[in-house]
Amino acid sequence: MTTLAPLPDETLAGRLKWTLHDYRAIVGQEFTHLVRQPVNFAWQLGFPIVMVLLFVYVFGSAMDVTGEGAGVDYVAYAMPGMFAMTMAFGFTNTAWAVAEAKQKGFIDRVRSMPMASSAVVVGRNIADTIHAAVDLFVLFVIALVIGWRSEGTFWETLGAFALLLWLRFALIWVGVWLGLLVKSVDQAGNLFAIAFPFGMVSSVFTPPELMPGWLGAIAAWNPVSATATAIRELFGNPAAVGSSWPEQHALTAAILWPVIITAIFLPLGVRKFQNLGR
Amino acid sequence: MPTTTVEASNLGKRFKDTAALDGFSITAEAGTVLGLLGPNGAGKTTTVRILSTLLRFDTGSASVAGFDVSRDARQVRRRIGLTGQQTAVDEVLTARQNLILFGKLFRLNKSRAGERADQLLTQFGLTEAANRQAKGFSGGMKRRLDLAASMILAPQVLFLDEPTTGLDPAGRREVWDAVEGLAADGTTVVLTTHYLDEADRLCDRIAVIDHGRNLVDDTPAGLKRRMGADRLEIIAADPADLPALREIIASVADGDTVLDEGASSVSAPVKDPVPALTAAATAVQDKRLTVADIGLRRPTLDEAFLELIAKEDQ
Repeated sequence: MTTLAPLPDETLAGRLKWTLHDYRAIVGQEFTHLVRQPVNFAWQLGFPIVMVLLFVYVFGSAMDVTGEGAGVDYVAYAMPGMFAMTMAFGFTNTAWAVAEAKQKGFIDRVRSMPMASSAVVVGRNIADTIHAAVDLFVLFVIALVIGWRSEGTFWETLGAFALLLWLRFALIWVGVWLGLLVKSVDQAGNLFAIAFPFGMVSSVFTPPELMPGWLGAIAAWNPVSATATAIRELFGNPAAVGSSWPEQHALTAAILWPVIITAIFLPLGVRKFQNLGR
Repeated sequence: MPTTTVEASNLGKRFKDTAALDGFSITAEAGTVLGLLGPNGAGKTTTVRILSTLLRFDTGSASVAGFDVSRDARQVRRRIGLTGQQTAVDEVLTARQNLILFGKLFRLNKSRAGERADQLLTQFGLTEAANRQAKGFSGGMKRRLDLAASMILAPQVLFLDEPTTGLDPAGRREVWDAVEGLAADGTTVVLTTHYLDEADRLCDRIAVIDHGRNLVDDTPAGLKRRMGADRLEIIAADPADLPALREIIASVADGDTVLDEGASSVSAPVKDPVPALTAAATAVQDKRLTVADIGLRRPTLDEAFLELIAKEDQ
């Protein structure tokens, strides 16, 4: 029989050290998944890649977003949108993974163990953010291949990618909350019905100015649009900016929206997690 | 003197309008297997979730391995293992990777986690499958891996919620052997089950629970005695014969005779099954009645519950 060691985390420092250790273990688990299931990873990326090809090559030739004629500069306009949309859709992956961990009893098992139970959620967040960075890198390479270029400086380009991850990071909390909220993995799969309009009713593919008034207003205020417009400016790509506040202050909006989202959904997720014991 | 490792008294727990537990009490001594037996919704899972620190309770008190479940949850968690209704292993990881992951989460260092994983793989007969993804495992193998994962710190108390539901007979036997081995090594096991044969085989004591209350606490042998004798049953070929058949059964019965018109059957408990059957068969022949079936039946768990609940209500 294994003898029981004294609690290693009786001091605050010890507790912190072990909490980080738990996070690392969960992140490590996620990475084993990534390595063991490259096919899943490829499927998750498949959607944005297909969208890129569809919009750039199928619809793109008919799109006049710059006012200079159909198809002109569409790759330069759509590619940043595609980056933003991929970040926006990412929360469904988070929600699905959380719902699965809950349904399979993995969260219960972890909660009955002497570890930091926050590790399931925080570890998930860290893993998903790194995952998103890999997604972005792959999309970035594809974008280069089809002829997209960042006209911004190195730091502006890097800043744009940081803004993208910032949006994704905030949306992970939405995913965690939704994952705990839904009753089953099947329901989590249906969340795509929310993700789709959230990602698409935005400036991702077309400028909100060109939409009917009410829809354009929604699109202009969509956090995804703020990020898309902000990174277009940083990349030096055409942005087709309208007159609304978030479009005029895209960079500020792209920094603020994720703060607001986190401020709302992080506490909701934490409360939902604590309520598992009720 | 035996030490009590699980003690819950007068547990009460409400979910909105329904009382899941309504003054439920159990105790288990070290190294014994306690079975919680009851119909769906009786409160079995709620009890396990409360004792394994997953769920808060409203009233009563509970201690596990000497620590109060609500005040010292962290101390309790270091001394228990939990295997829930679903197999909570990571199916993408191999058996060994799973055990190392849980070892790390139980805060063993890397080399210790590896050692412990190998010990457990041997103990649960998974050495050959160690480096295969759990995805491809049979139900029994997954369950054993699940059990191994909850055994990492060699817990004093192990909670198993329906450990064999959904397993084939071979899988069930594998799990039973594992549980018996653990109890023999001194682990206290608290398990929930729907199956009387499982409770009979594994448990030292059985607590029957219904509507969140104790119905009976007894040894398996004692429980079977309470659950009544075998039943003698005759199914009539012609429903018109039912009254006559009822008289025959009543003449050999050791309890109330039950007539079920829908099933065209009459039945009653009998203490000495074989003489009763012979006497009844002879009487049927003497009266020249034809019957569709005549025979002895062991009481099903459902009947046993109905009987226990009926007694409770009286």
